[in-house]
Amino acid sequence: MKLDDFLQGKSEWLKGEGPKSSIVMSTRVRVARNLNGRLFFNWADDKQREGTLEAMLSALKKSELLKGALCIRMEDTNMLDREFLVERHLMSKEHTLDVKYKGLVIGDKEIVSIILNEEDHMRLQVLQSGFNIMEAWRIVDDIDMELGRYLTFAYSSKFGYLTACPTNTGTGLRASVMLHLPALQITEQMENVYEAISKLGLTIRGFYGEGTEAFGNFFQISNQVALGHSEMDILDNLERVINKIIIREEDTRTYLAKHKKQEITDNIFRSYGTLKSARIITSRETIKLLSSVRLGVDMGLIKDLDTGTLNELLLLMQAAHLQKTSNMKLNAQERDIKRANLVREKLTGG
Amino acid sequence: MKCDVCHIREATVHLTEVINDKVTKLHLCAQCAKAKGDEMQSHFGLTDLIASLMDFEPAAVGREELKDKCFKCPVCGMTYNDFQKTGKLGCGECYDAFKKDLSVLLRKIHGSDRHIGKMPFRGEKAVKDQETLSRLKAELDRLVQTEAFEKAAVMRDRIKEIENKITGE
Ligand SMILES: [Zn+2]
Ligand SMILES: [Zn+2]
Repeated sequence: MKLDDFLQGKSEWLKGEGPKSSIVMSTRVRVARNLNGRLFFNWADDKQREGTLEAMLSALKKSELLKGALCIRMEDTNMLDREFLVERHLMSKEHTLDVKYKGLVIGDKEIVSIILNEEDHMRLQVLQSGFNIMEAWRIVDDIDMELGRYLTFAYSSKFGYLTACPTNTGTGLRASVMLHLPALQITEQMENVYEAISKLGLTIRGFYGEGTEAFGNFFQISNQVALGHSEMDILDNLERVINKIIIREEDTRTYLAKHKKQEITDNIFRSYGTLKSARIITSRETIKLLSSVRLGVDMGLIKDLDTGTLNELLLLMQAAHLQKTSNMKLNAQERDIKRANLVREKLTGG
Repeated sequence: MKCDVCHIREATVHLTEVINDKVTKLHLCAQCAKAKGDEMQSHFGLTDLIASLMDFEPAAVGREELKDKCFKCPVCGMTYNDFQKTGKLGCGECYDAFKKDLSVLLRKIHGSDRHIGKMPFRGEKAVKDQETLSRLKAELDRLVQTEAFEKAAVMRDRIKEIENKITGE
C-alpha cells in the first residue's frame, strides 16, 4: 500500500455514519506509551532514538491486529506527504518537523494509526465516524494489550503509564469528539458550553481556526484529566457530557426550525448557492459555507446531498489534498481556484 | 585559605578529583569558580554544583533544597530545573527521581497523583479481569466516599458485569 492510495479509498471516519453522525463528525481515542528503560524522545540522542524506533517497528510487525498496516519512516516522505497525513488526522503537525527517527503506522481504512517517536515513543490512536467512544476505546485497548506482549511499557504502580509530559501521565488517555454545533453557535449558547466544560475536567476548542475562534462551528471536546480515574470513568464522563450537548443542539435545531425557519432556510440556501457557483474560494469561506449546508442536510432542508459527501469535501478542500489530487504544487491563489472547481464538481456534478 | 587562581580572595569552593591516578585539589573563590565554569566541567564535571553554589546565598537556601535543585535523574541525567524549562521529562525513572515535586504537580493537573486505570499486559486474561475488578472496587469506594452516587451506581453495574463474566467462564 502506498500513500497516494489513500486518495482512492475512503477513510472510515469520513463516512458520515455511526451514532449521532448529524452532530458528531468523528471520535478519536488515543493512548500515549513509552518503552521501559529508554529515554523519552526529546531527551534522547540520535542513537537512542534510532534504537527505540527499530524496537517499536519490529514489535509492530509481530502484531496480528495490525497485519497489513502501512509502516512509514517519516524521513522517506516529503513535506507535502506529511501535510497530507496531518489533514487526514493521522498524525500531528509536530510530526512533520525534524523527521529523523520518526515513524507512522496506518492500519486498514485509516481507523488505527500509531505515531512513533513524537513527544512519546508511541501514540496509538483510533478514529471512528460518528459518536463512538466506547467502540474506539475497545480497539485501542485490544491493540495496546497485544503490543504489551512484545514491548515493555514504562509503567509504575503509583503513577501508571509514564509519559514525557505530566499532562498525559496515568492512563495516557485522550479521547476527543468532533462536534458540529451550528445551532448552539447561532443562538449564542456556546459561552455556556465553554463554561460548563471547563468545570468538568474537559477541554473544548474550535476545530478549524486557532483557540476559541472557531469557524465552521466545529468543536473538539476532549478529556483533560488522565490520572486518578479509570479509563472507563474518563470515557464515561466525556460521553455523558457530550450526550447532553448533543441534546441541547438538537433541541435548538428544533427551535430554529419552528421559530426562525425563514432566516435559517435563507442562509442555508445562500450558502449552498455560493458553493455551487463560486470560481475562487478560500478554505475558510468553504468551511463556513459547508457548515451551513451541513445544517441544511441535517434539518432535512437540503435533500439532494448526504453528510458523507460534505465530510469528504471538508477533507479534500484542504491545501495538501488539493495538491495531491492535482499532482502539482499550487500557490494560494491556484488552490482557491482548484478548491472552487472541486466543490462545484462534487455538489453539481459538473 | 586564598584562592588558587587569583590568590587574593578567600577560597569558598573546594574541588577534588582523581585524574590519571593523581588527586587534584582546587580551592577557588566564588568569582574565579564561576569564570572557570566551562573549563571545570571538562575536568570535574561539576558545573552544576558550582552553578548552584553561585546562584544562591548559602544562608537563604537550606541544604535540602540545594540538593534537590541539582539532583539528577540517575538514569537520564535530567534535573528538575531542566524539566521546568521544557515541560517534558527525560525518562520513566524521572518519575521516581522527582517523585515529591511531580506528585504535587500531578495533583495540580489531574487532581490526583495515583493511577487507578489499566495495567500493561501481564499474561492471563483472568488475571487482567481480577486486576480490573480490584481497581474498580477501589474506585467505587472512592466514589462513595466523595458522594458521587450516580457514578458509583454505574461502577457497581460494571463490577457486577465483570464478576458475572469471570464466574461464567
Ligand atoms: Zn579567585
Ligand atoms: Zn530520567
